[in-house]
Amino acid sequence: MGRYVVRRLLQMIPVFIGATFIVFMMMYALPGDPVRALWGERAPDEAQMAALKADLGLDDPILLQYWHYLTGLLQGDFGTQISSRREVIDVIGDALPATIRLTVLAFTITVVVGIGLGLIAGLRAGGKTDGLILFVTLLLISVPVFVIGYLYQTYLGVKWDLIKPTVQDSEDWGQLLLPALVLASLSLAYVARLTRTSIVENRRADYMRTAKAKGLSARRAVTVHLLRNSLIPVVTFLGVDLGNLATGAIVTEGIFNIHGIGNTVFHALNSREGSTVVGIVTFIILVYLVVTLIVDLLYAVLDPRIRYA
Amino acid sequence: MPEPQEPQAAATAPNSPDAGPAAGAAVPSQGAPVAVAVAEAGPAPGRPRSLWSDAWHDLRRRPSFVIPALIILLLLVIAVFPGWFTSASPRAADLTNHYLQKPQLTHFFSPEWLGYNQQGQSVYARIIYGTRASIVIGLSVTVLVMIFGSLVGMLAGYFGGWVDTVLSRLTDIFLGIPFLLGTMVILVSFDTRSEWTVTLALAFLGWTTIARVMRGSVIAVKQADYVAAARSLGAGTWRILMRHILPNAVAPVIVVGMVALGGYITAEAVLSFLGIGLSDPAISWGADINRAQERIRNAPHILLYPSILLSITILSFLMLGDAVRDALDPKLR
Amino acid sequence: MSIEMTKAEVPGVPLLEVRDLHVEFHTRDGAAKAVNGVSYTVDAGETLAVLGESGSGKSVTAQTIMGILDTPPGKVTGGQVLFRGEDLLTMSEQERRRVRGDKIAMIFQDALSALNPVLSVGYQLGELFRVHRGMSRREARAKAVELMDRVRIPAAKERVNDYPHQFSGGMRQRIMIAMALALEPDVIIADEPTTALDVTVQAQVMDLLAELQRDFHMGLILITHDLGVVADVADKIAVMYAGRIVENAPVHELYKRPAHPYTRGLLDSIPRLDHKGKELYAIKGLPPSLTAIPSGCAFNPRCTQARDVCRSEIPPLLDVTEPDGTPIGGRTSACHFWKETIHG
Repeated sequence: MGRYVVRRLLQMIPVFIGATFIVFMMMYALPGDPVRALWGERAPDEAQMAALKADLGLDDPILLQYWHYLTGLLQGDFGTQISSRREVIDVIGDALPATIRLTVLAFTITVVVGIGLGLIAGLRAGGKTDGLILFVTLLLISVPVFVIGYLYQTYLGVKWDLIKPTVQDSEDWGQLLLPALVLASLSLAYVARLTRTSIVENRRADYMRTAKAKGLSARRAVTVHLLRNSLIPVVTFLGVDLGNLATGAIVTEGIFNIHGIGNTVFHALNSREGSTVVGIVTFIILVYLVVTLIVDLLYAVLDPRIRYA
Repeated sequence: MPEPQEPQAAATAPNSPDAGPAAGAAVPSQGAPVAVAVAEAGPAPGRPRSLWSDAWHDLRRRPSFVIPALIILLLLVIAVFPGWFTSASPRAADLTNHYLQKPQLTHFFSPEWLGYNQQGQSVYARIIYGTRASIVIGLSVTVLVMIFGSLVGMLAGYFGGWVDTVLSRLTDIFLGIPFLLGTMVILVSFDTRSEWTVTLALAFLGWTTIARVMRGSVIAVKQADYVAAARSLGAGTWRILMRHILPNAVAPVIVVGMVALGGYITAEAVLSFLGIGLSDPAISWGADINRAQERIRNAPHILLYPSILLSITILSFLMLGDAVRDALDPKLR
Repeated sequence: MSIEMTKAEVPGVPLLEVRDLHVEFHTRDGAAKAVNGVSYTVDAGETLAVLGESGSGKSVTAQTIMGILDTPPGKVTGGQVLFRGEDLLTMSEQERRRVRGDKIAMIFQDALSALNPVLSVGYQLGELFRVHRGMSRREARAKAVELMDRVRIPAAKERVNDYPHQFSGGMRQRIMIAMALALEPDVIIADEPTTALDVTVQAQVMDLLAELQRDFHMGLILITHDLGVVADVADKIAVMYAGRIVENAPVHELYKRPAHPYTRGLLDSIPRLDHKGKELYAIKGLPPSLTAIPSGCAFNPRCTQARDVCRSEIPPLLDVTEPDGTPIGGRTSACHFWKETIHG
């Protein structure tokens, strides 16, 4: 087990370096000059611009720049925001709490509602309830998130007045409920369908027949024997999903005007703030890698067959 | 944006490359029990059929396949010949056609059918002409991704060893880059973005799923006896790959590709919605929906109709992928 | 031994009796008649072997007794399953659950898939005690170790927390047996218990099962397609074909002189040393589809002695007698011409 963790951690290093390198190259090797953008429409002061560029290390060859960035990362330095000269890590720190709250809420909804619906549908496969759940989840997958956002905002928020339609204060969980619902709707639909398929497959497994032959109640057979086996593939999906929720929040945070990571990176992109974008993307990659590692470990806990491999 | 995760997650799930989250849309509930009964009854007589012709035989009579297939056919025709469906120009702005005018829902196929937008352009003409971008991008990203991803996956799976290590690590690296954010980083540096810019950006980061699925599939197939037989008969590597491995390994890849196609269309819409997708004068449902949001209170039709068509398009591709998966999945037969 | 058992051992009432059971499966091609009027009995300490090819209805009958038939597509269309005189088929689901695992237990063919892959064997064994006897986790675990010792799994104490995939095939089947044995049931149904095992391991597992059955004085229903397995352990044999019993006989009687052409065909197709060099006999043709069972005797298309009456009339189970008419205990045959078959 310990050896497995070490091996996985070692495997993460090239992936992390490779992924950040590609993002770094994409951001800096392509046209667009963030320092020039500081002056906007005005004519820039050439000397001042050159000094700033030198100061930020933007005159160095791109590979050297990346080397500096990478070594900086090892010391916890995610770079400096060009326009404000703030540390990118501080910018992330400002935006992170709102995104974490939103993500936690959305993830909880995904797990509870998604697995719940999947279980109900799977146990009644072929029935009317099952058909309804399949149809609704297919709709949730097909309707793009920004449309869902407007629909929820218009109906749940404004017309029926069930939930607060806008977010003034991202520390208020009640106000975050609607955007969390929007953010969760797609993952929820996938989780429900995945759970359902898994339940349907496992329900016919021989060990379920054994459970019945042992005289276990239907409830016990489902909760102890069926659910654990069925949730193994779902856990993998949930992990990847959690790792990606930060990016998923770009649209949701935009619609509801929440000042989180998604919003910050989106504005940084539009103002060609390369260092901020690269810093935040690096951060997201890190989160993604850590979450996938946790999922793999959790996987081993859930499925003893791969534990000793 | 979580859309494109779906294929990724499907690829990450061990043992089940094709058990995508959207799986089981049309799982026949009595599939297995029938199989039990048939097994009890001994071998049934009948001509053996290939997986594909068997699947086609099965699909033809399934509404969950026929309906989306017909819709997609119609969308393809609209994408190629938009002029057949509307006489109005999607770009002609005539401010006498005010956006607050209600859509004339009985005036089928006329410019005023679905109302006008803020520029006085026909919403109906805009969604007809906007079809092409979604379809072209969805299809071409899928084709590119299938070719490149399959190649990488096939080489990694077949040769194993250091080839596998290098290619799998490369796949991991690209998988580590957040899909939508990554494409945004690429696209933001272009001042004008055509269908091809968006396609290449999506394909650049999108091939990993297919590569993983193909790799797993090839590893499973290459252990089959007929591959060993072909090798012992002296067939060359290329011949084994193309004649024996690919045809038998491609089914899960096609299924994942079909489901992913819907995801790419969504991704294009989201990018355009965020203003980082297609740029003017290209017409995209996503961009139109974005412009419509400021008038959502008093003119919801500008947002509603492109959203509906977009959703129907994505739904059709997803349903098609699901139906094909069910037909090809031998476990459910 | 439980109190009820001694109490309930009423003379004259069999421990378990299947009476005229009918089971159908709903399929795309119509109703598949899997079981068509099967009757048999088992008493305490007795071993009944049910013999037949796959599709003969032997497993479906067992599943019906256990109450683990998949319904739908399966459906019991007639008959009774009497346990100590009480019909299991008319019991409420709750009453039935108390019988399952406790009074009647089952051993499945493939222990690897029949055991839950993500739970330790100790948990799966102990679960029976927790559910049926209300024991604590700790007590149940101790019981599990005891059981594993009983079926001679080496180092049971250390292995109780292992998972099914960590055991060999033979050891897994022993765990399966331990699970069936756990609550000292009155009847054990073993569905092809050794088919999935290596030949060398088969004998060990079979011996263990026979030994435990003797020790616990249980009724054993042994379902198999393998005549070799049956000879040493069974007391009596019921041969099934296309959902019916075609012959009943005490085990040695059956081997010595079969009274049904199908049984004879089965016996002739066993490889024997003294037939070395000769071509092995095989019954021609295939078992019928259960959606289209031939009229008359279901075996008639494959039978070497079939005549017109075989194609039109279903033969009932007839008492088999010596040529002089003296009855042979426990022998019946569903062949119009059993006399020719048995006496040549």
